Amino acid sequence: MLTTEEILETIKMVQEENLDIRTITMGISLRDCADSDHKAACRKIYDKITGQASRLVKTGDEIAREYGLPIVNKRISVTPIALVAEASSAEEYLEYARALDRAAEAVGVNFIGGFSALVHKGFTRGDKVLIESIPGAISETGRVCASVNVATSRAGINMGAINLCSRVIKQTAELTAGEDSVGCAKIVIFANVPEDNPFMAGAFHGVGEPDCVINTGVSGPGVVKSAINRAGDADLGALSETVKKIAFKITRMGELVGRTAAKKLGVQFGIVDLSLAPTPAVGDSVAEIIEEMGLERCGAPGSTAALALLNDAVKKGGAMASSYVGGLSGAFIPVSEDAGMITSVTDGALTLEKLEAMTAVCSVGLDMVAVPGKTPEETIAAIIADEAAIGVFNNKTTAVRIIPAIGKEVGDKVEFGGLLGEAPVMAVNRFSSKKFVQRGGRIPAPIQSLRN
Amino acid sequence: MNRLKGLPGNNGNNNRDGNGNRIVITVIGPDRVGIIAAVSAVLAENNVNILDISQTIMQEFFVMVLVADMEKASVDLVNLKDLLHRKGEELQVRIDAQHEDVFNYMHRI
Repeated sequence: MLTTEEILETIKMVQEENLDIRTITMGISLRDCADSDHKAACRKIYDKITGQASRLVKTGDEIAREYGLPIVNKRISVTPIALVAEASSAEEYLEYARALDRAAEAVGVNFIGGFSALVHKGFTRGDKVLIESIPGAISETGRVCASVNVATSRAGINMGAINLCSRVIKQTAELTAGEDSVGCAKIVIFANVPEDNPFMAGAFHGVGEPDCVINTGVSGPGVVKSAINRAGDADLGALSETVKKIAFKITRMGELVGRTAAKKLGVQFGIVDLSLAPTPAVGDSVAEIIEEMGLERCGAPGSTAALALLNDAVKKGGAMASSYVGGLSGAFIPVSEDAGMITSVTDGALTLEKLEAMTAVCSVGLDMVAVPGKTPEETIAAIIADEAAIGVFNNKTTAVRIIPAIGKEVGDKVEFGGLLGEAPVMAVNRFSSKKFVQRGGRIPAPIQSLRN
Repeated sequence: MNRLKGLPGNNGNNNRDGNGNRIVITVIGPDRVGIIAAVSAVLAENNVNILDISQTIMQEFFVMVLVADMEKASVDLVNLKDLLHRKGEELQVRIDAQHEDVFNYMHRI
């Protein structure tokens, strides 16, 4: 039987510590929408998405009210469009992006992910067309998110793809310069991308997935921070125990909401993503958890160790709470979307290099990082390559979502508003990486990939 | 520690995933005359059966946890929440109503 204390603990988590379900994401396969006539393909895509997801937002809102648990986002991920559009004759894939955008608008979701290509080993014609269409697609639409997988532990790192992606990022920055280059917030370059990630902007519906599936992503940095605060002067082992227990409780909510949503919508339940996703709201910050552990600022020496402890404990506690775990599953450390991270950068505690080190022990990578607009394309490519190397050589997912803010310098700020937040422009190492990245080719898979 | 009857806890598997009709109502706020009467009146008017009430004072705040069955209720949970919320504003206390699964899922394996 439940106790009054347990009931009040749950209520407190929601009311005072910002516990929420970050996203219910419906994954929809568009493989049956392929058509050599791109107009027909786009029509099928629109019809399929608006059919499958017609009740997504309403159902999400219903569950939120019944359980008294906010569900912040209802979103859609689809089959990587490069796979669907490959058969079409289209010169570029803008029509596909517009169809996705219209479908998302029709069902009332703010982001739809899957304008994506998987090119870790090389390009097909369609992959290349898609990637080159990203700047146009992102700047013309409001809801479409793009991602490209450029590396895996099994295939190595496709440097040619990284070079193309960094050019695409710069072009998108230029095209959306009037809005602080916000387009780049909707482009994620991955290594070892998960195929069931519910979080934007990197969500897509992988090829091994069923026709339609519900995945959920949990949140709750504020809950973890309060638990650590209550643990007082506990040693690090005890702190890990504390985080594990609270992560279990947070994840159970994701499991409950995911299962209920899947049942109500009559589709399969996929996974819970055990992520600690922050928001720009004060008290909903992963950086503040690290500071609560005893570091003056996130980014101070010890931050990588603290984050490793946190990330591991979240996974251990979360794994027990859910029958199917997937997606990115780890703590997120986006800069612009986390008030504590923003403060750490502004105060000079957190540099790009320290952030890179921290991404080796958490999900997901250099996320929502603003750099000066004049940062050379080759430097951006090299930053992506470094991050991909961390992922590929450690068998984990890494990603880069970098915003070369046109017309901005170190010390300036970009403001996106809403969940995307605002970011101080960070300094980038001024020495050149040009010759290295221009060699192109593919960095071979590491020896540990030979596991058979 | 107050243990509430009516909540299945470990044996709650048969009622999971939103099938059960039991809800948990919590009332938190400064103590005053008539809180229990007012809340139970709302429930009675809508044919919601009270299974258990636990009431305590925590740091000068009145805290009441009430388990109820909506099996024969004349409203759905969303509308009942609105009614309770309005009553709460009148009484200057905070009243929430949630499906019991939230608590079972979080606190029981």
